[in-house]
Amino acid sequence: MATTEEIRTELADIVNEVTGIPAGDVQLEKSFTDDLDVDSLSMVEVVVAAEEKFSVRIPDDQVKNLKTVGDAVSYIEKAQAA
Amino acid sequence: MSRRRVVVTGMGTTNPVGGDVQSTWEALVAGRSGIRRLPEDFFPDLPVQIAGTAAVDPADVLDRVKARRLDRSAQLAMVAALEAWADAGLAETEGVVDQERLGVAVASGIGGVTTLLANYDTLLEKGPRRVSPIAVPMLMPNAPAANIGLHIGARAGVHTPVSACASGNEGVALAVDQIRLGRADVMVAGGTEAAIHALPMAAFAQMMALSKTGSEPGGDPTTVSRPWDTARDGFVLGEGAGILVLEELEHAQARGARIYAEVLGAGITNDAHDIAQPDPEGRGGTRAIQRALDDAGISPGDIAHVNAHATSTPQGDVAEGLMIHATLGKYADEVVVTSTKSMTGHLLGGAGALESIATILAIHHRLAPPTINLDNLDAAVELDIPTTARELRGGDIAALNNSFGFGGANVAVAFGSL
Repeated sequence: MATTEEIRTELADIVNEVTGIPAGDVQLEKSFTDDLDVDSLSMVEVVVAAEEKFSVRIPDDQVKNLKTVGDAVSYIEKAQAA
Repeated sequence: MSRRRVVVTGMGTTNPVGGDVQSTWEALVAGRSGIRRLPEDFFPDLPVQIAGTAAVDPADVLDRVKARRLDRSAQLAMVAALEAWADAGLAETEGVVDQERLGVAVASGIGGVTTLLANYDTLLEKGPRRVSPIAVPMLMPNAPAANIGLHIGARAGVHTPVSACASGNEGVALAVDQIRLGRADVMVAGGTEAAIHALPMAAFAQMMALSKTGSEPGGDPTTVSRPWDTARDGFVLGEGAGILVLEELEHAQARGARIYAEVLGAGITNDAHDIAQPDPEGRGGTRAIQRALDDAGISPGDIAHVNAHATSTPQGDVAEGLMIHATLGKYADEVVVTSTKSMTGHLLGGAGALESIATILAIHHRLAPPTINLDNLDAAVELDIPTTARELRGGDIAALNNSFGFGGANVAVAFGSL
């Protein structure tokens, strides 16, 4: 099982690849929209890439609940454990 | 009220022979081919293994994040537009151009075809969930124009004319109209294409439009595009973009802009003959050239140079010779005719735009680029086609840029010295 920090690091790389935001800025408490300025289409790209990377499914109706990086990391942790 | 005059104040290009205007002009004047063998793993079963790939990868020039959100056709257009915008002296000057009076007319023949096909591959291999959420804004044909408009803040019309291989020239003609009609003072205009992919290449090969020569082991790709030569047997596909900054004359003068040439006029006609075959007598093209001369208010003797469409196909090259004779009469023997496609290959929707730049620079430098690979001139073609660069005469001169497209589209644009 990947640790929380491992998931955060890999997710940060995805966010950087999609948006150009420095991976170091992608910290657990950061809001995707308010802090990182990730627009809705970029968020879909991040989700699609994360699904592939972590072999999980993140349904569209769950994406709106992933407000912070921490929300996304815990969702992925739970989905991997399931 | 006298008609508003339109001048060229900026140029940019990235194409098989160069990644900018300067290197492109040097290559064209030197007669250097940009046609190469494709990588061995490109698609081994294709009968055509050569193409004019861009000399400089646009993804290496643009910001990484911006580049991955653009189809290659838009990447090429953006690189060329950034160069043209800076060349016009507008990159660092906020407020010099009223955004409400700034428009775009950047054409494409096929649109984001490689993005479309890559996403289709993903759909089949990994399912709909893996299709990119930005596939649509990447593959839509107006994406290059729209992205340029977004970058420069254009708030007048942002247009994408589509007329196959005449598209780039139609972009220029459409932009001239916008300025003349008073809808804009500055237009960023031209065309782009990036269709070097196995599917469009297989399709063009099936039409017998692409040359299959030079693809054999040991073949020389640089000699295959040979307009008007007796051994020509089809065009070579190229990719790239050409972008002009067009500006109303007084607007350009008021800001002290450098002016390369004036766009004197344009003619657009349709063959109504066949969806893919050119009219063997070139009647539609003749009417387009005549309209361009009439629109420009010039006579055949004013034309010193023609950048021909001449793609290296058996029929089309001969028909264009007939058009030049039908419109220029006795002066047809005096004009210096060039096909820069002999070096760049055929950029489809980017062709007319790149060739506009070659035409403008020929006027500006009084030097016509050569046509390479012309070893034996087809007896049916009676034109003065130099095989090394040729000086053009002094005084006021004009030059024509011709483009013809599948569907029967004919576009001729006349440029003049200023």
